[in-house]
Amino acid sequence: MSEPSVNEAKPSQVPPPARKARGAIHVTRNRCKGCGFCIAFCPPKVLEFSEEFSEQGYHFPRLKNPDGCTGCDLCGLYCPDFAIYGVMQKYGKKQ
Amino acid sequence: MSEEQMIAGTPEGGAECLPPNPVEGFLRSERMPHIWCPGCGIGTTVNCFARALLQSKLDLNKVAVVSGIGCTGRVAGYVNLDSFHTTHGRAIPFATGMKLANPDLTVVVYSGDGDLISIGGNHFIHAARRNVDLKIICINNFTYGMTGGQLAPTTPVTAISSTTPYGCYEQPFNLPNLAESAGAVYVARWTTYHVRQLTHSIGEALRKKGFSFIEIVSQCPTLYERRNKLGDGLDMMEYFKESSVVKHGAATKEAGIGFQGPITVGKFVDIERPTFLDLMDKQMTRTLDAHYTGSVVEDHVRG
Amino acid sequence: MKLAHADPAGVLTGTHFLDGDQACCEGALAAGSRFAAGYPITPSTEIVERFSQRVPQIGGMFLQMEDELAASIAIQGAVWAGAKSFTVTSGPGFSLMMEHIGYAAMTETPCVFVDVQRGGPSTGLPTLPAQADMMQARWGSHGDYQIIALCPSSPQECFDLTVHAFNLSEQFRVPVLVMMDEVVGHMTEKVVIPPAEQIEIYPRRYTTLPPNEYQAFQAEDDLVPQFARAGEGYHFHVTGLTHDEHGYPAMNVETQHRLVARLMEKIRRNAEALARNEEYRLDDADVVVIAYGITARVAMRAVQMARERGVRAGLLRPQVIWPFPEKRLRELAERNGLAGFVVAEMNCGQVCYEVERLVAGRVPVLLEPHTGGTVHKPEQILDAILKCSAGLQAGTGTQALQEVTR
Repeated sequence: MSEPSVNEAKPSQVPPPARKARGAIHVTRNRCKGCGFCIAFCPPKVLEFSEEFSEQGYHFPRLKNPDGCTGCDLCGLYCPDFAIYGVMQKYGKKQ
Repeated sequence: MSEEQMIAGTPEGGAECLPPNPVEGFLRSERMPHIWCPGCGIGTTVNCFARALLQSKLDLNKVAVVSGIGCTGRVAGYVNLDSFHTTHGRAIPFATGMKLANPDLTVVVYSGDGDLISIGGNHFIHAARRNVDLKIICINNFTYGMTGGQLAPTTPVTAISSTTPYGCYEQPFNLPNLAESAGAVYVARWTTYHVRQLTHSIGEALRKKGFSFIEIVSQCPTLYERRNKLGDGLDMMEYFKESSVVKHGAATKEAGIGFQGPITVGKFVDIERPTFLDLMDKQMTRTLDAHYTGSVVEDHVRG
Repeated sequence: MKLAHADPAGVLTGTHFLDGDQACCEGALAAGSRFAAGYPITPSTEIVERFSQRVPQIGGMFLQMEDELAASIAIQGAVWAGAKSFTVTSGPGFSLMMEHIGYAAMTETPCVFVDVQRGGPSTGLPTLPAQADMMQARWGSHGDYQIIALCPSSPQECFDLTVHAFNLSEQFRVPVLVMMDEVVGHMTEKVVIPPAEQIEIYPRRYTTLPPNEYQAFQAEDDLVPQFARAGEGYHFHVTGLTHDEHGYPAMNVETQHRLVARLMEKIRRNAEALARNEEYRLDDADVVVIAYGITARVAMRAVQMARERGVRAGLLRPQVIWPFPEKRLRELAERNGLAGFVVAEMNCGQVCYEVERLVAGRVPVLLEPHTGGTVHKPEQILDAILKCSAGLQAGTGTQALQEVTR
């Protein structure tokens, strides 16, 4: 079976890339308490609060500029709630 | 992929190929979300601890975490290791017994300033004096969070707490100086802003043999900051960022912290000194020679 | 559970001339304890002085801590690392250890506390005897819990009951208290230590389950959970908070009820099996004297003196004082023609209240108190026996206490 294209996997979240992003983030919404550390300390400043609320009533982070994410995982290191982490693209390849 | 999770970015090969959160296996995931308030720094320190531990390549079956009471005392309950939530102030003597009874264990004491330095202050200085091989991680948020924001032995002069409503007028402890004076072989201080340095420092402490002490200056938005009108967790993080001065090898007696004043951070002490068990073995061997059987403690029964 | 035998390395087999403190130390070593922590306090220190001399030669250590709080929790850290351990103290230190007796009860940590009782309150009489910590032993830590407490009357029993204390602590996963007194601790007598293969040891209830099936506080049929020690991949959690079967904090009414009821019941349902009494001339006794520790030996003389005067007295000496031997006491209280009970103890009335509760007014219960500093005179207890036999309601000792304040 051929690998699904990125657009087939999550079409709504992944706009057609102008250039390949180097990293990705993963957010576990129900853990996030909306402290904003990940957004404030993101080196390329690619995160923002979502307008949506989580079940717990917090605005969780989302990528405002997916192409800018380097996957440095500083968000993951700062997150006090284990709710977000970043990965570099090369680590995302299938084994 | 759970509906509660969201992937963003464009990982090659599709979102389901993201590797799991590197710290997930270290956590008791079924107990998440944790009890700490929004903007609290304790979780950030646990994140750094987890990464340091994973990078250390230590056998996680041989690592035990011992906590006392208070917000930081809850760390033991969230780490997927052998973990012990003891009585208030007594994490260090519990850990001492555990380490000496089984020296193969890496024993980490993870607790707060009130627990380790106030009610547990006597145990702290004596374990440092003996140089028991323990890793002490002390979260200093300048207050007693769990009980409602009372005066701590670290509350800066003039800060408001629920039991110093007109401002604190007691001299607080300077923790690195206390640790060094009592005999710690490794002393460092970072804040919750310094995540990479902190992770590195915890890694060093895990490798260090002897009583190692790391103070982590952290924020308590709910009780310390709100009462002192210092904003939220992020505001305190910005203060740590702006006011911290990295000064490795700084004289610890110069490292006191005033109310919203500069914070000296860095590694202050990294010396070699024989541990309690080293000295015990040496002295016993000198005195008892071949009669000394070593200090391995196991229960002795015959089937 | 299959019983094991003592490791010969720790057993000083033979006939010795030891004081109670030394015999207690030998009991701990015979039971397999290789870790003790303590803080110096008279009259208990000789136990760990001997331990610190003996244990480095058989593989273990004594750790002198900065205070009794530290000592009483250090032993528990050692237990969770796989050691069998104990601490020793006397009144003021016993007060400081209360917090960790509660912790051991809550976390089901098998360990032994030895209290060599001296006169109190506060610093009191450091080198002189009393038995005034008996209710503190039973109730001293906050909250509802159960412990087991033993009372030796001789150096030989200091050995025997210390071994027994370790065995019970392992069987029930409960702190066991050895309630000595200064006289028993410091008196020197013949102590016979049997060969190791004749000393039965209750082994720790290590789990046989793999880590993925193990729940640290899931009780077995006898209400006691299996044990795991740190360092073996079980990744278990231990907390003094109200916790569920996983050991995780669960602070709600249902969990509190389930946990506390189990901690109480695992001991209470075994009270009868735990009872260990010495009975002296009780078969035809009209007056039953109840005494424990050194006082029981004085009481035995008083019983003999009463018999010489034609009064049929007998002695019940509980060696396991908590849980109290309720069944035997009720049997005696219901005996036809019983004149009453005399409770002789080196305090102003403690175990006496337990006797009164069980006798429930059926017959008189006379307290023969003593504030400590020295043991009772046999004549004092004899007076109480004679009064009881004659149907008089007040013991002489109780009157003497009242007269001091007149």
